[in-house]
Amino acid sequence: MTLIRFDKVNKWFGKLHVLRDINLQIREGEVVVVIGPSGSGKSTLLRCINRLEAISEGQLTVDGFRLDDPKTNINLLRQEIGMVFQHFNLYPHKTVLENITLAPIKVRKIAKEEAEKTATFFLEKVGIPEKAQAYPSQLSGGQQQRVAIARGLAMKPKIMLFDEPTSALDPEMINEVLDVMKALAKEGMTMVVVTHEMGFAREVADRVIFMDNGMIVEEGTPEHFFTNPREERAKLFLSKILTGGRASKR
Amino acid sequence: MGNWHDVLSYSGKYLSGLGITLEVSLYALLLSLAIGVVIAIFRVTSSKVLNGFGAAYVEFFQNTPLIIQVFFFYYGSPAMGLNISGLACGTLGLAVYTGAYMGEVFRAGIQAVPKGQMEAARSSGMNYLQAMGYVILPQAVKIILPPLTNQMVNMVKNSAILSTIAVTDLMYQTYLISSDTFIVFEVFIFAALLYLTITVPLSTFANLLERRLQRSS
Repeated sequence: MTLIRFDKVNKWFGKLHVLRDINLQIREGEVVVVIGPSGSGKSTLLRCINRLEAISEGQLTVDGFRLDDPKTNINLLRQEIGMVFQHFNLYPHKTVLENITLAPIKVRKIAKEEAEKTATFFLEKVGIPEKAQAYPSQLSGGQQQRVAIARGLAMKPKIMLFDEPTSALDPEMINEVLDVMKALAKEGMTMVVVTHEMGFAREVADRVIFMDNGMIVEEGTPEHFFTNPREERAKLFLSKILTGGRASKR
Repeated sequence: MGNWHDVLSYSGKYLSGLGITLEVSLYALLLSLAIGVVIAIFRVTSSKVLNGFGAAYVEFFQNTPLIIQVFFFYYGSPAMGLNISGLACGTLGLAVYTGAYMGEVFRAGIQAVPKGQMEAARSSGMNYLQAMGYVILPQAVKIILPPLTNQMVNMVKNSAILSTIAVTDLMYQTYLISSDTFIVFEVFIFAALLYLTITVPLSTFANLLERRLQRSS
């Protein structure tokens, strides 16, 4: 079943044409990794899926909701989509537990006790149940990002979006976050991941999408993409990023 | 010392004036906080109409003298067929004026909260008001508290203008006592001390609260 469908989607920021004729379908349970140079539009593409950015033209359907229709109740759709940000965006005035239970209690109207049970379950899943009462500022970057993932999962979403989830982390903390994401992918979560982690893409992605200059330049399986890309721009990008060092080893 | 003795014999009048000043300040504070929150939200939403209204409100009330605004309500309300007491007019004028400053304080505080906080809250399905109430405003409060205290203190001091529309506040009583006794210096010094009994505890309390909030994050 197709969960996300971009149909000739265009977006402009003022005069800047950031998404050009995007056609893309993502099925339930699929893990799609979006890569490309900075400014290529990959984060914008991701942020359109829960309408953090509105599209300018075309059709975008997510879980049956038409995002190009201004009458769509976006808050209903957003409950079904978890999002993990580059800079975590945890709520600094709330404990880890409160961070995770806030939306389930206030948006899904789940009882506090049950929400806390669920939160504890997901905190165990991301490996830091002992931090439930800590404040975000007391955690390392890797721990904060794992809390952010638990926060997204606690809403029991159908889709998880990841916007460069490891880009703001110290190198030694990247793996702890990627491991959580890998486990999630294996459980069948539908995931759209913008990342520079080529190892992750190679190991977990069902499909890799390469964007440049607002367009999807190439897409395919990781094997195809990493061993035999057709497009010159994809080859050039890969040669740059893979000789960069750490990404290739993972 | 004779003068001070005379001044203290009027302490009943002073206290009744102080009571009115407190009353006016309290009502005007509550009202101006409400106005401030609304104006601030108008100024940060995406609606151009509300933005414009908020900006016009702030520009108008910050840039005209308080005394004119108070006169407007006091002398204007009968002309509009309304029968409101001088006290109510004065409170309204003071609140509307201070509300413009409160609005700017709130706006700055809200905008100082990183943009990602709103995005995280909205992306979890919260509507705008929920995101504001649960995520943005609690963080903004810490940023807002010091300038907010300044505005509150200013408001208490500005309430002295209400004596010009016959509100029997501390300033009004002080004038009366002064013309009764022909003492100026001591009479007004004592009034200043009484104003300090409101403003100093106010800023001390805010400082304590600020320190407590800082600790919790």
